Amino acid sequence: MLKQKHLLGLEGYPAQDIKTIIDTAFSFREVLDRPIKKVPSLQGKTIVNLFFENSTRTRISFELAQKRLSADTVNFSASTSSLKKGESFKDTAQNIEAMKIDAVVMRHPDPGAPLHLTKHVDAVVINAGDGKHEHPTQAILDMMSLQEVFGKIKGLNVALVGDISHSRVALSNIYGLTALGANVTVCGPPTLIPPHIETLGVKVSHDLDAVFEWADALNILRIQMERMGVGLFPSVREYRNLFGVNTERLDRHGKELIIMHPGPMNRGIEIDSAVADSKQAIILDQVLNGVASRMAILYLLLGGKAEE
Amino acid sequence: MKTRKMPKVLLLKNGTVLDPLKGTSSKKDIIIENGKIKSIGKPKAPKSAEVLDCTGKVITHGFCDVHVHFREPGREDKETLATGSRAALAGGFTRVCVMPNTNPPLDSPESIRFITEKAADCPIHIHPIGAVTKGQKGMELTEMAAMVREGAVAFSDDGLPIANAAVMRRALEYASMLKKPIINHAEDLDLRDDGIMNEGEMSLKLGLDGNTFLAESMMVFRDIELARLSGAAVHIPHVSTKESVTHVAAAKKNGASVTAEVTPHHLYFNDEALVSYNTHFKVAPPLRSEADRKTLVKGITSGTIDCIATDHAPHTIEEKEATFTNAPFGMIGLESCFAAVNTILKKEKNVSLLDFIALLTVNPRKLMGFDTDLFQEGTEAELTILSPDETWVFDEDSIYSRSLNSPFTGESFIGKVNATLVRGNMTVL
Ligand SMILES: [Zn+2]
Repeated sequence: MLKQKHLLGLEGYPAQDIKTIIDTAFSFREVLDRPIKKVPSLQGKTIVNLFFENSTRTRISFELAQKRLSADTVNFSASTSSLKKGESFKDTAQNIEAMKIDAVVMRHPDPGAPLHLTKHVDAVVINAGDGKHEHPTQAILDMMSLQEVFGKIKGLNVALVGDISHSRVALSNIYGLTALGANVTVCGPPTLIPPHIETLGVKVSHDLDAVFEWADALNILRIQMERMGVGLFPSVREYRNLFGVNTERLDRHGKELIIMHPGPMNRGIEIDSAVADSKQAIILDQVLNGVASRMAILYLLLGGKAEE
Repeated sequence: MKTRKMPKVLLLKNGTVLDPLKGTSSKKDIIIENGKIKSIGKPKAPKSAEVLDCTGKVITHGFCDVHVHFREPGREDKETLATGSRAALAGGFTRVCVMPNTNPPLDSPESIRFITEKAADCPIHIHPIGAVTKGQKGMELTEMAAMVREGAVAFSDDGLPIANAAVMRRALEYASMLKKPIINHAEDLDLRDDGIMNEGEMSLKLGLDGNTFLAESMMVFRDIELARLSGAAVHIPHVSTKESVTHVAAAKKNGASVTAEVTPHHLYFNDEALVSYNTHFKVAPPLRSEADRKTLVKGITSGTIDCIATDHAPHTIEEKEATFTNAPFGMIGLESCFAAVNTILKKEKNVSLLDFIALLTVNPRKLMGFDTDLFQEGTEAELTILSPDETWVFDEDSIYSRSLNSPFTGESFIGKVNATLVRGNMTVL
C-alpha cells in the first residue's frame, strides 16, 4: 500500500512507493501482453476523468487503464475557454462529491488545482498534469521505461532536453529520478530553463553535444511554437541547430543513447523522424508502459483486490 | 466591538501616555471634554466624568494608514467607506487614505467630492487619494489642483504602475506645485510578465509564474531618480524587496525627497507561505524571500522605512475560492496590522513600542500633511489604547471588514488594540 492517499506530485514522494508502483506496473504489463487484457481488480469502482484542458493522449491512457481494470469511468472534458475559470471549480468538485465517485483523474491548467480539489472531495485525486507544476504519472511511466531498458534507475545519467520552464514533465521527472538515485541534467537555452533549477539537485547545460557524451538516456521535451513569439527562442532553425536531436548528431557520438519523448512530438524540430523511429527510441514502449503504470497507480490507490 | 458617543467628560486613568511626536512615554491621566483633549498629566476630573481605566495600557496617537482600498464606488459588495471604517476602528486606526482604483476611479474633482461627502458621515477620518492619470490609463494627468481643493491628499494610480517615465516625470513636477506626493505602485509590467508570486525556489517548485524582485526595484530606482530630477516628493508604497530598501536608503542619504512604506504582511510572511496554494497569500507585490523579509524588518529599525501601511484590499470569498492562478491579488489588513507588526518586531528585534509607533502615527500624518501633535490641548481626541503584551489569537471574529480574505486568521499575536477614540466616538474592543 502507498503512504499517501492521493498522487498529486513526486516532490517528497517516498522512493519506496515509486518502486512499488513500478514493480506493480510491470506485473500489469504482463496482463497487457495477454490476448484478453482485462482484469476485474477495480470492479465496482467509479472513476471520473476530469480534463479542464485537452490532452487526448493522457486521457486515453488513463481511460484504457481504467477499462483494463474493469472500473466504471466517466469523462468530463471542458476547454478552459468555455468554463468560467476558477469560479465553477468548486461546483464541479461538489458535484463529484455528491455523485460518490471513488477517484478523480484531473488535468488542469492551473498549478495546485489537484491539491485544491482534495479539500473539497473525499475521493482519491490523481494529478494528470497541473499547469507547469507536476505530471507524476508521466514521470513514473518514464522511469518504468528506463528500468525496462537498463534494469535499474540508480546511477543512470538522464538528460531532460528542451523546454524545461513550461514542462510539467520536467519537475516530476527530476523529483522521481533523483529520489531513485539517477543523475539528472537539464539541457536547453537559458530562456527555457527556470531560474533556481539547480537547487533541485540537477546540472544545467546548454551544450547538447556535451550532454550526449554524458547521458545514458535523453528525455526530449516538446517545444511549443507559441514560445517563439514571445522571444524565448528566436527561430525553429536556430533551435534545431542547437538542441534538435537528429541522426547526424547521434552518429557523431557513435553512442547507443536511449531516446524518450513524452509526446506529442514535433518531428523535425526537437526530434527528427529518423531518430524517433530508430530502434534506440523507446517512445512507443513509453505509451504502453503508460497504461501499465496508470493501472498500477489506480490499483494501488483504490485498494483493488488481487487478480484472480 | 462597541462604538458609542463619548461622554461629555472622559477620564483616561492610569495609562502610559506614549507620545510618538516627542518620543516620550510616562504615566499620565488624560481628560477629554466634548471629544477634545482638555488636559494631560495629573488633572482633577469633575465628578461627572466617566472613567476609562487604562491601567497597564498604552495611550498613543490614533493610527493613520496611507494605503487602503475601500472599494467604493463600484465594489460595495467587498467594502464600503462605512464597513472599512469599522475594520479601521478594530485595528486602532482613526485616519485612512483611500486609493482611487475604484470603479469608476477617483480621477476627477467630482469623484473626490463623492468620497469626502460620504466620509463626513463615517466614524473615522477618510481622505481620498486622487488618480494621477485619467482613467488610471497612465497617459493624461488629472485635474490635480481642483482635486486637491476637493480634498485629495496625494496622487496615485495604485494597482497599476505609471509605466511611462515621461508621464511619471510630469506627474511629479505638476504635483510638486501642489506640494502633494506621488505614490507609484512600482512594478515593471513587462518584466513581471505573467508572474503571480515571487520568483525563486518556491515559484519553481509550485509551478507558478515568478515575478522577479527586479520588476519592483528597477522602478523604485527610476521613481527616485525622477523625483530627484524634478525636485518633487515621491512615496514608495508596499516596498517588498531588499534592493528597493537599498535604493530608498541611498536616496535618503543623498537628500532626495523620498518616503517609503511597508505592509504588515511583507514583514510577517515570506513566499514559503504559498506552499499550500492558499489564495489569501496572493498579493501584489508578492510575498518575497526570507532575506527580503528580514531586510524589511531591518528597514524599520534603521529608519529607512517611514510608514507601515496595510494595503487593505478586500475581496469576496467567491473570488478567493478560485485556483491560485485565477484568484485576485490582495488581502485585508487593518484589523491585524498593529498586532502582526508588534509580534514580529518584539520576537525578532526586541524593538519597543516607542521605536516603531511613529510609523503608524506621526510619519504617515507628516507624509499627508495632517496634524501630528495630537496630545495638544484643544486637539480632537484621536487616540488608540493598546495592551502591547497581551497575547491572543486572530480569528474570523476579529474581522470587521465586509470581506474575510485575511492571511492572518489563526495566527497568535502579541499586542492588542483595546480602544479607538475619534470623531467624538469611543470604540471599545
Ligand atoms: Zn499597490
